[in-house]
Amino acid sequence: MTEEHPILPDSDGKYGLYGGRYVPETLIPALEELDKQYQLIKQDKNFQNEVSNDLKAYVGRPSPLYFAKRWTKQLGGAKVFLKREDLNHTGAHKINNTVGQILLAKHMGKKRIIAETGAGQHGVATATVAARHGLPCVVYMGEEDINRQSLNVFRMKLLGAEVVSVTSGTKTLKDAMNEAMRDWVTNVDDTYYIIGSVAGPHPYPEIVRDFNSVVGEELITQSKQEFNKDPEVLIACVGGGSNAMGLFYPFINAKNVRLIGVEAGGLGLETGKHAAPLNDGKEGILHGMRTYLMQDESGQIKETHSVSAGLDYPGVGPEHAWLKDIGRAEYVVADDEEALEAFKELTLIEGIMPALETAHALAHVKKMAPLMNKDEVIVVNVSGRGDKDINTVAEIEGINL
Amino acid sequence: MKRIESTFDNLRKQKKKALVAYLVVGDPDLETTLDLMEVMVSKGADILELGISFSDPMAEGPTIQHAHERALENKTTLSDALDLVIQFRKKDSTTPIVFMGYMNPFEAMGAENFCSRAYKSGLDGILLVDMPPEESRNFTRAASTNSLDLIRLIAPTTDEKRIKNICTDASGYIYYISVKGVTGSNKIDPVEVKSKVNTIQSMTDLPVVVGFGIKDADSVTSVRDLSDGIVVGSALVSLIAEGKNQLSDKISNKIEELSSALLSE
Repeated sequence: MTEEHPILPDSDGKYGLYGGRYVPETLIPALEELDKQYQLIKQDKNFQNEVSNDLKAYVGRPSPLYFAKRWTKQLGGAKVFLKREDLNHTGAHKINNTVGQILLAKHMGKKRIIAETGAGQHGVATATVAARHGLPCVVYMGEEDINRQSLNVFRMKLLGAEVVSVTSGTKTLKDAMNEAMRDWVTNVDDTYYIIGSVAGPHPYPEIVRDFNSVVGEELITQSKQEFNKDPEVLIACVGGGSNAMGLFYPFINAKNVRLIGVEAGGLGLETGKHAAPLNDGKEGILHGMRTYLMQDESGQIKETHSVSAGLDYPGVGPEHAWLKDIGRAEYVVADDEEALEAFKELTLIEGIMPALETAHALAHVKKMAPLMNKDEVIVVNVSGRGDKDINTVAEIEGINL
Repeated sequence: MKRIESTFDNLRKQKKKALVAYLVVGDPDLETTLDLMEVMVSKGADILELGISFSDPMAEGPTIQHAHERALENKTTLSDALDLVIQFRKKDSTTPIVFMGYMNPFEAMGAENFCSRAYKSGLDGILLVDMPPEESRNFTRAASTNSLDLIRLIAPTTDEKRIKNICTDASGYIYYISVKGVTGSNKIDPVEVKSKVNTIQSMTDLPVVVGFGIKDADSVTSVRDLSDGIVVGSALVSLIAEGKNQLSDKISNKIEELSSALLSE
């Protein structure tokens, strides 16, 4: 008999110490209403059908579980399977969440959609569903991210979204989130804020986890079909942590499965220039949640660094903080260089070009697979495809496109 | 009697409303902040709210965001702000001072550690923008054992049941946010403010001050009779943003303008 984990979050929106609802008073009633509506609608059969139809016909689910045969042979250890979220409509796992949240927004009678984005994947996924449902959409994006993800910026504009450049603070994802919160506080009556990660105030970490859990749920079935057992190891990259949470959550009580999250090591943990709060951060409060944060002694949030815009975030979803503390999941790092190497390797050997975020998870597969037995299985979440990153990679290589 | 309570007592006796003036500590530098605090009090500010800079000031409009950024460029810390209160108290032992900020810098110092140092420094209250009552157990306890008032926010979206709960463990005064929006917003609705302030006053004996969106004599006139006081922030901070040249005169004139608008019939 395995010990079951409690159902979280608890009634205070907490995961152990973490999570909660640390926002200005103006937003508290809106969050209470969101929680109430979400708890009701998620039991509703019509809503469930609507979400699962959209996931099937619009997103293209289930995403395949692909055996990376040549890469497995090269690594010479565990069998490596790829959960192909990169094949979803819009090219990443982010759409799993936006498809669900926009239906919730419509159910709540909201007339306007806002979102924050880092790499632009969540922005694109939000602009996409907003276009499909005919709702106006504003996406907040840090100026620095706009420069390094110009392809996604143009995609959002084509989809009819307004992309607002955020020039405050570090001009990246965290500042985009501040700006989206400011918009929400101003337009709270008619606006729905689609948060893109398992972060922010309760109930967002729960909502985003639930909508992404389809990834892990499909994997339970696919594992039975492909290798007739649970995988030994699940690996996913962690920025805010939504793709990892979606993969891990259905396996939390399967204690024989190791859950490994890979944070962005940037230029190396020892340099301080990274985005790895679970490995080198301290508990604190940001963006409405208590979690591990990269911060200085005075409690100011530190500037982060990662080659991938989607992992460039000083905090992490509260449920990951809790999974770390109780030892259920392990959190490691892969640095910029390791991620770039893995990016190139998977592209060359399997013909699959992963997002730079995903490449961090792949870098850990490279370290781990050779140490495991050939009858063991690693499943890695290929959270997104790498098209959006070719400018970044070309620039690093000194190639002018 | 605590400074905040006696300040409102005196104002009430004189049938006057409180002028609460806001600046960010260390914007543009600590020396200037101290000078401006003294200037503001001499020209009629009744309570000083000192913003504690944070890297991610989620509820602020651009004007006050930039002030936070300027203060952080100078590496201003919460400790510096406490030292500033000690300096100010050498000349002024009666004007209440409230720190307004975001939880993380306060948590980094620790609730108990901060509150005991704050009391010894001569601080009177704290107002943490991202700390709703549900998440405030540690600070409520530490503030109360150290005689600090914990100022609560009420918003246009707060319903009656919640107002009642918030008033239960509030102290000092209640800060009513007059608009849905960030600081420096521009669309105050006196009718809505009046009805909400009346509701609050029916549930607590604490004074109620109104803030967000009050910037000049006109906006003061539109809300002055609705509550026990007003808060002015962005209008003062935007003068600091213009640079140090004649800053003290500009702040002094602004406070005089607001203060006389509070008095005039």
